[in-house]
Amino acid sequence: MAISLDAGIPSGSIERKWDDYKFSVKLVNPANKRKFNVIVVGSGLAGASAAATLAELGYRVTMLTFHDSPRRAHSIAAQGGINAAKNYQNDGDSVQRLFYDTVKGGDYRAREANVYRLAQVSVNIIDQCVAQGVPFAREYGGLLDNRSFGGAQVSRTFYARGQTGQQLLLGAYQALARQVRLGNVELHNRTEMLDLVVKDGLACGVVARHLVTGAVRSFSGHAVVLATGGYGNVFFLSTNAKASNVTAAWRAHKRGALMANPCYTQIHPTCIPASDDFQSKLTLMSESLRNDGRIWVPTTPNDVRSPDQIPESERDYYLERRYPAFGNLVPRDVASRAAKREVDSGHGVGPIQNGVYLDFGSAVDRLGREVIEERYGNLFQMYERITGEDPYKKPMRIYPAVHYTMGGLWVDYNLMSNVPGLYVLGEANFSDHGANRLGASALMQGLADGYFVLPATIGAHLAPLLGTEPVPIDDPVFRDAEANVDAQVHRLLSVKGTKTVDHFHRELGKIMWDHCGMARSAESLDEALTSIPALRDEFWSDVRVLGENESFNQSLERAGRVADFLEFGELLVRDARHREESCGGHFRVEHQTEEGEALRNDDDFAYVGAWEWTGEGNTPELHKESLTFDNVALAQRSYK
Amino acid sequence: MKTLQDLTKTSDDEAVGSTRRPTNPIRRFWSSAVGKKWVMAVSGLALLGFVLVHMVGNLKIFLGAVHLDEYAEWLHTLGEPALPRTVVLWGMRLGLIAAFGLHIVAAAQLTRMNHKARPVRYQSRRDYVAANFASRTMRWTGVIIALFLLFHLADLSWGTTNPDFVRGNTYDNVIASFERVPVAILYILANIALAIHIFHGSWSMFQSLGWNNPRWNPIRRYFAVTFAAVIAVGNISMPLLVVTGVVGK
Amino acid sequence: MDLNLKVWRQAGPDAVGRFEIYPMHDVSEDMSFLELFDVLNEQLETRGEEPVAFDHDCREGICGSCAMMIDGRAHGPERGTATCQLHLRKLTDRETITVEPWRAAGFPIIKDLAVDRSALDRIVEAGGYITAPTGAARDANEILVAKQASDAAMDAAACIGCGACVAACPNGAGQLFTAAKYSHLSLLPQGQPERFTRVVSMVEEMERWFGSCTNHGECEAACPKEISVNFIAMLNRDYVKAQFKNPALSGQRH
Repeated sequence: MAISLDAGIPSGSIERKWDDYKFSVKLVNPANKRKFNVIVVGSGLAGASAAATLAELGYRVTMLTFHDSPRRAHSIAAQGGINAAKNYQNDGDSVQRLFYDTVKGGDYRAREANVYRLAQVSVNIIDQCVAQGVPFAREYGGLLDNRSFGGAQVSRTFYARGQTGQQLLLGAYQALARQVRLGNVELHNRTEMLDLVVKDGLACGVVARHLVTGAVRSFSGHAVVLATGGYGNVFFLSTNAKASNVTAAWRAHKRGALMANPCYTQIHPTCIPASDDFQSKLTLMSESLRNDGRIWVPTTPNDVRSPDQIPESERDYYLERRYPAFGNLVPRDVASRAAKREVDSGHGVGPIQNGVYLDFGSAVDRLGREVIEERYGNLFQMYERITGEDPYKKPMRIYPAVHYTMGGLWVDYNLMSNVPGLYVLGEANFSDHGANRLGASALMQGLADGYFVLPATIGAHLAPLLGTEPVPIDDPVFRDAEANVDAQVHRLLSVKGTKTVDHFHRELGKIMWDHCGMARSAESLDEALTSIPALRDEFWSDVRVLGENESFNQSLERAGRVADFLEFGELLVRDARHREESCGGHFRVEHQTEEGEALRNDDDFAYVGAWEWTGEGNTPELHKESLTFDNVALAQRSYK
Repeated sequence: MKTLQDLTKTSDDEAVGSTRRPTNPIRRFWSSAVGKKWVMAVSGLALLGFVLVHMVGNLKIFLGAVHLDEYAEWLHTLGEPALPRTVVLWGMRLGLIAAFGLHIVAAAQLTRMNHKARPVRYQSRRDYVAANFASRTMRWTGVIIALFLLFHLADLSWGTTNPDFVRGNTYDNVIASFERVPVAILYILANIALAIHIFHGSWSMFQSLGWNNPRWNPIRRYFAVTFAAVIAVGNISMPLLVVTGVVGK
Repeated sequence: MDLNLKVWRQAGPDAVGRFEIYPMHDVSEDMSFLELFDVLNEQLETRGEEPVAFDHDCREGICGSCAMMIDGRAHGPERGTATCQLHLRKLTDRETITVEPWRAAGFPIIKDLAVDRSALDRIVEAGGYITAPTGAARDANEILVAKQASDAAMDAAACIGCGACVAACPNGAGQLFTAAKYSHLSLLPQGQPERFTRVVSMVEEMERWFGSCTNHGECEAACPKEISVNFIAMLNRDYVKAQFKNPALSGQRH
């Protein structure tokens, strides 16, 4: 299939692009808006904000969420904060600087025009959230407080204790709830999208399964918006919620939408290490801990002494040693790889030697326990609850874990995929973070997409459709898609094998983590490219899904998601295999500097790699959107 | 099989509380549980005041017959000469009856609502943390107090259960009544129930009225404990000292 | 450690339920309570029995999905902790742990331990928002909010909507949830214009589903975010105040 990856970036200077675009884009007049039905899938920051805003504008919105309440989407778990170029601290911040930091932090693999727009609307997001009642932290004078985050030299992060994601999501959810009551949004909870419906090349609806009754149902609209989050759970163990999955995006991919840069996965350095095989998920400890904590391992490998028995002279503060300038505050990808190196070389600590120490001993001596308690009390409490160890007495054990995925469905400047009428927002798209996301930027992107970008750009698609009715749901395209969904559900139930869904998920996660995790090599990736299809075959011949379709069947839900991960994981590995460079969250051991840092190849790989589904068993086809950098000079990142 | 939409839809019959609200503001307020709790708090406050004043007046029993009878007579003449005899007393009585009535009706309606709110009870044993004996037994202590009140009126106002009753001889009537051991025990138990009821009620009242200020909140518990203790000690001292012969004719 | 899990099994909303006892052998004390159920479910599935249905998602105590009545307490015995953050090391003194779904008219059972908590969404839809359509906002720093007010609003806003307050309340009342949602908005200057219409509509919606508050305080004790019953007092006071407010005069300063 001939696909041209035209991002449709407006011409003109980067400062003017978004304003010029908004002036030139086709509008739908207020009275006509109610003639359009938009389906929004996913109720996280991007989905909820988009649904609420579209409904406020007058569009009829259908919202699907597989949660019992829209407020449970995983955006709620974001702790740290949200960036915005407000420059309230008068420390030299600007739209230009946020733009620059984001492009650089993303290791020069993001689209300049999108990032600039993101920096521009970041300012409006804070205004909007405050108006909604988001209780951001304040100074005593009543003004908003800020803190700084990794990868930036200014304080531009707005936060609400350690629950910023929760508060922002509640803001969007409340706006959504208001529209539900007004009748502008039709809310379908516990409803999981399982197929995208495309007719004559246009996305015209979705097919979804009700998770309580098993009923399969079609929804038709003039546009479909996917805001279904990231795919970190392909690694089984991640900081994502248990239900986070790639299914909606993957099924859209199988209907023609391109999947871009899936190999860009972010590993967060400060998570609580797994304690045993039964571990179901990993918990993130805020990056802010690295401000006062010192990271070390014993100098002797396999040292099993308790930390207080290890004298200062036998401790290796490896980040401070290797990166004297940034020390414990190097960016996420650098810190993660360094920890992996220590654990791999036998210096790991803890019962199964899978962590490194994050020590607050000297901080407590220097600042006193009270100050530390005030700064990190809730995090220490959380750590104690999970591990049973008191971090005031014994250093924390931490280890990197999969946290965020920068890749996703390919979208143009309008956030529309290559399938006209299909829009993709938030973590589900690939757009703004390049190969590595900066802290506190995920919330910013989700809300920028939902509150400000999509509501402006969707008119370009809808305006020409004025006067057309949505495709009726008894149309053969819907019937076919329903049959397709039914068939997969029954196929899963009819295998009647011997191994549980979780078994396969865990196995897949192991392959992904060992072969395509923090460090990847041609060899390890090739191995994964044979073991994943083998595991997939085993899944389809030996998975055991009990129960029936017509009831609340959580194993069946999970089985469908794991089946998709088994296909998607292969694509992720394939993308990692083809990208012969190291950049951001993608580290190929063949491509590193002498000091072991990521080595980019801008001559050959300064492009977005977007993959096209070519049918089961066929090799996907790669399409390239080349990236040009007119406003930021390409440079090697260094944190020495 | 029910769909989720069915599960979340409630008709008037299925709903726990009112679904259609009256337009009359008083009826609308009364239709709400928060409104009823406010009524319970306000009527409870009035009843607390009554209980306290009633006790203070009756403690004159320890000063002797003259003082108590004088006080009883004063109650009847309250408001004279501006108003005829017993008008103020009757006014107070009517107010009390209204407070009792509202308190009881609201409690009964809220109880019914709360039963509806959990039609299927927990099938395993609950392990309560904050709910104390007083808060969980309010409706039982309330019923005990109401029944006791009827007996108390029959005993000392109407004289129907008191063979030695002589209208107007307040002191003698009280002594005659309390000298009977079962009656004294009844009074003591009823007043323990009253104190328990007051212990929760006089704290809960602040919540229902929304009198809440973090600086003063600890005082609310002290108030409740003190109030309940004062009422218990004061009211129980009378039957106890009479039945043990410390106070008598 | 070894223990017996006594779990409520119920095939569907209208089915008759019963307790089943599952012996669990050699489970680690470091396991979280939900991981114990993961292990149980894998064992059940391997034996060919249907796994226990239960809601869960983030497993870090913020999404509010998990909901279990554990030995008579909503979210189990550890204070300020959601079921997903409860670890077995806190339960070592028990031989049998009884788990049943949350029970309330407003929380109909879907299956086993999973209940439908949509009624909480209905309360928010009724008025738990500030009307601020996207794009109309003025600069964020033009609204001054005293730090203490902002902190108090945040205390209320920490609510994760799990429904433990309803489950724990002897009356099945939804007052703490409603009060938390209400107070979050009504403590802030942005929430003032709609304050008194908000309180009436939220309270009236709440009472369609849930019982009445009689100030036991069980809700606060069960709340994984330890939200104070003081917010209930504020809700009650504002509901009464709302009866006497003339909205036409709300533009006046005094």
